[in-house]
Amino acid sequence: MKQLIPITLRINGVVHEILAPPWRTLLEVLREHLGLTGAKRSCQEGQCGTCTVLVDGNAINSCLYLAVEAQGKEIQTIEGIAQDGVLDQIQKSFVQKGGIQCGFCTPGFVLATKSLLNANPHPSEDEIREAMVGHLCRCTGYVQIVEAIQDAAIQMTREGAN
Amino acid sequence: MHNLRNEFDVVGRPTPKKDGTLKALGSAQYADDLSMPGMLYGKLLRNPHPHARIVRIDVSRAAALPGVRAVITGKDFPGVKYGNLPQTRDYLPLAVDTVRYIGEEVAAVAAVDEDTAEDALDLIEVEYEPLPAVFDPEEAMRPGAPLVHEKAAGNVSAELAFEFGEVDKAFSSAHYVREDRYETQPVKQGMLEPHACIGLWDTTGKISLWSCKMSPYVVWRQLAMGLGVDVGRVRVVQTVVGGGFSGGKQEAMPMDFCAVMLSKKTGRPVKIVHTMDEVLTIGHMRHPMTVWLRTATDKDGRILAQHCKLIANGGAYSSIGGFSMYLAGAMLNIPYRIPNIRYEAKRIYTNNGFCGALRGHTNTQICFARDSQLELIAADLGLDPIDIRHRNALQPGDVTANGFRIGTFAFDECIDRVVQLSGFRNKAGKLPKYRGIGFGCGSHISGARLMGHSASVAQIRVQEDGSVQLTTGSTDVGQGADTVLSMIAAEVLGVGVDDVRFALVDSDSTPVDPGTFGSRVTFFTGNAVKRAAEDARRQIAEIAAARMKVDPDDLVFRNREIINRHDDRQRMSLKEAVRWGAFQTGQMVISHGTYAAGDEKIDFRTGHGNLSPAYNPSACAVEVEVDPETWQVKVVGFWGADDSGFPLNPLAVKGQVIGATVMSFGHALYETLVRIDGRVMNPSFRDYKMPLTTDVPKLAEFQHSNVITWEPEGPFGAKEAGQGAGTGVIAALANAIYDATGVRMTSLPMTPERIRSALEQMKQERRAGTKIAAPAE
Repeated sequence: MKQLIPITLRINGVVHEILAPPWRTLLEVLREHLGLTGAKRSCQEGQCGTCTVLVDGNAINSCLYLAVEAQGKEIQTIEGIAQDGVLDQIQKSFVQKGGIQCGFCTPGFVLATKSLLNANPHPSEDEIREAMVGHLCRCTGYVQIVEAIQDAAIQMTREGAN
Repeated sequence: MHNLRNEFDVVGRPTPKKDGTLKALGSAQYADDLSMPGMLYGKLLRNPHPHARIVRIDVSRAAALPGVRAVITGKDFPGVKYGNLPQTRDYLPLAVDTVRYIGEEVAAVAAVDEDTAEDALDLIEVEYEPLPAVFDPEEAMRPGAPLVHEKAAGNVSAELAFEFGEVDKAFSSAHYVREDRYETQPVKQGMLEPHACIGLWDTTGKISLWSCKMSPYVVWRQLAMGLGVDVGRVRVVQTVVGGGFSGGKQEAMPMDFCAVMLSKKTGRPVKIVHTMDEVLTIGHMRHPMTVWLRTATDKDGRILAQHCKLIANGGAYSSIGGFSMYLAGAMLNIPYRIPNIRYEAKRIYTNNGFCGALRGHTNTQICFARDSQLELIAADLGLDPIDIRHRNALQPGDVTANGFRIGTFAFDECIDRVVQLSGFRNKAGKLPKYRGIGFGCGSHISGARLMGHSASVAQIRVQEDGSVQLTTGSTDVGQGADTVLSMIAAEVLGVGVDDVRFALVDSDSTPVDPGTFGSRVTFFTGNAVKRAAEDARRQIAEIAAARMKVDPDDLVFRNREIINRHDDRQRMSLKEAVRWGAFQTGQMVISHGTYAAGDEKIDFRTGHGNLSPAYNPSACAVEVEVDPETWQVKVVGFWGADDSGFPLNPLAVKGQVIGATVMSFGHALYETLVRIDGRVMNPSFRDYKMPLTTDVPKLAEFQHSNVITWEPEGPFGAKEAGQGAGTGVIAALANAIYDATGVRMTSLPMTPERIRSALEQMKQERRAGTKIAAPAE
């Protein structure tokens, strides 16, 4: 019947071994096999960005990414961003600046911000908007999200300087 | 007014959302994140015909598929129609004899996994006999048109006519009259979380539903109604809501009925989650409307009368559409003074997905028509577009033609604020070609007095650690109810927002409540919370007063302490008082408060009555740049102002206002369901275009300002914030496009191809010598 193959994934620093059909997406494996439900299931066609995770530091749509492809790579999900229960600066900025309303898009935006700021610690407003163009948010109108990302960049620069 | 914020410790201060941390961590549990031991997965079979009779359904092959645990059809339900208003109940949990639109649910499957459930759908055989269908409301009204519902002659789903004042007299003696026609399109809520639920019908007959509902008690009653059981057997548990904006999260949907019925058949919990394709195909959307608006003014542009005829394409079912027809007529009365109004509205059944409420509920469409036309009137009469708005602005103390009693209403101030913020005077008609600025105004209610359930209740329990458990029947859907309601309780009790725990709704334990709609939560539930907190404070003061041997009226609550106002050395901590009461006298601090906005009667048939305890005005200016090659409209600046009373949480008010504004950008410029013979051709976020980060003005050119008033009836002076500010935006965009191009757009969305074709038409008319409204260039 269903062909199951072993898949080994390194997620948030922990190695997971599962058996799953080879066509399973990374999103399905995260949510259904591993109980990591922070990546959200919404459009399932790469348009909304709610399923975003980081693969080797790059933000990808996990609904379009087969789990088998992620083997041997470093996967980071929203669950792996806070350290010992302490929010990462990006998360703090989203909370403080009102970048979160219903919160369904938040994990995707936080991870996309992480990827952006790793590559470009001082993005301009236009660069922020371009980097977030694959993420829909129906609640905020994006203003407080952009403000949160700017704030995160400033705070992280400050932290780095100290 | 400016030092109002200094009078309070909690309210009036920008406060991060209470559940923000949970959401930032990715650990907020939305419905699809839940699972239960032994859970099965359900899928719904959808009908492919716009209109058909169901001849036969054979589920035997599906039921025989390994992994399938149950298959149900409409016959598994008692056949009781459910819905909102008693006279418009026309929903069934699953179609029985007739299907009326593409996507309507006809059967459901529960299986061990989603793949198997999906495979099983293909094995259900349904024989349909296609029936004639009708998609356009004006065609549907003609004699001989196919009937969507046999009992609805002329396909009329709801019909209302109001007359306030002496309309004929006003028109016959008016200096100036003009009539225009506006059309709006089907727009979806566009929330990112698809509808999801888990149903459980346990062995005692208790029926539970976990779901992302904005108004869980509406769902609670509707489930009982459609299942034919007493409501006490039903339990609805709200999960974190991933965006609502009304629609399917307001009501019980076929998926909810199927999840519990499949659970009954299998003895297992059953989860059903819609795909986004399903969400965008099925019902619940904004009513597409054709609005004829005829307006009479004097020579100074003072509006003497308006006559509005409206036809709404209701789709196949009623939803809340009967109320929508009242509301559109009511909204003609704000934010301008219109002494004489005639309103004739018809909501027409067609073989399309059905329509109901969506943020700005009917006000959005009316504002588009009215503020577009007002601009034309000003031009015809040679008046300034700002002056004409001031001249007609409702003032505090006014009573509108339909009986709205206007309290605080800083409309003139909002207009002036926007003129100043936007630099409107230096821009209107003066910007370079293909760049333009437009003005628009709107308004909204702060909750509605309804014929059915209007009152909100809050319960408070102060624990022995001094923390406050706040329970209401209202939901946080991202708008910040969890935070603002907690802030109100914290302000009264002298504690911090973090000391208050806000509960999700569970119909077994939280107070019954109408729901989250009509911008009612901060106002209605907020008032109930304030009263509950005051009652809790009185109880604690009595305990503390006895212990401190002072008059309870002399005690103030601040920083988790109770202090004698005459001698601040006399103090005790809040928790000490609560413990003393519980331990020594058995007094638990448990309180409740209610708010029902008085017992004023609204006559929904005549349209007379004061619908809301408070009204708010808003104004905005928007600047656009139109690409002369592609006719793409780019929004380059936005300046808005509204009177939300005293903004209790300015951080959240900003988020609401900007969110509503950008939603209106989408409605104005991009969004529509493309339908051919009832089939949605763009059921995907790839093709249903919602605004992106790059579609909104830069931060420096996107400003909103609150004109602060103190609404005496509101909790700590507050009014509505989440809907009104978006209502004037579409007209502002239409007016800006006119300023930029000379093209007057009267139908939505204002896409590049439509702007181009309107421009071509205008050129042809000009060549033919037809008189048209003067273009800007």
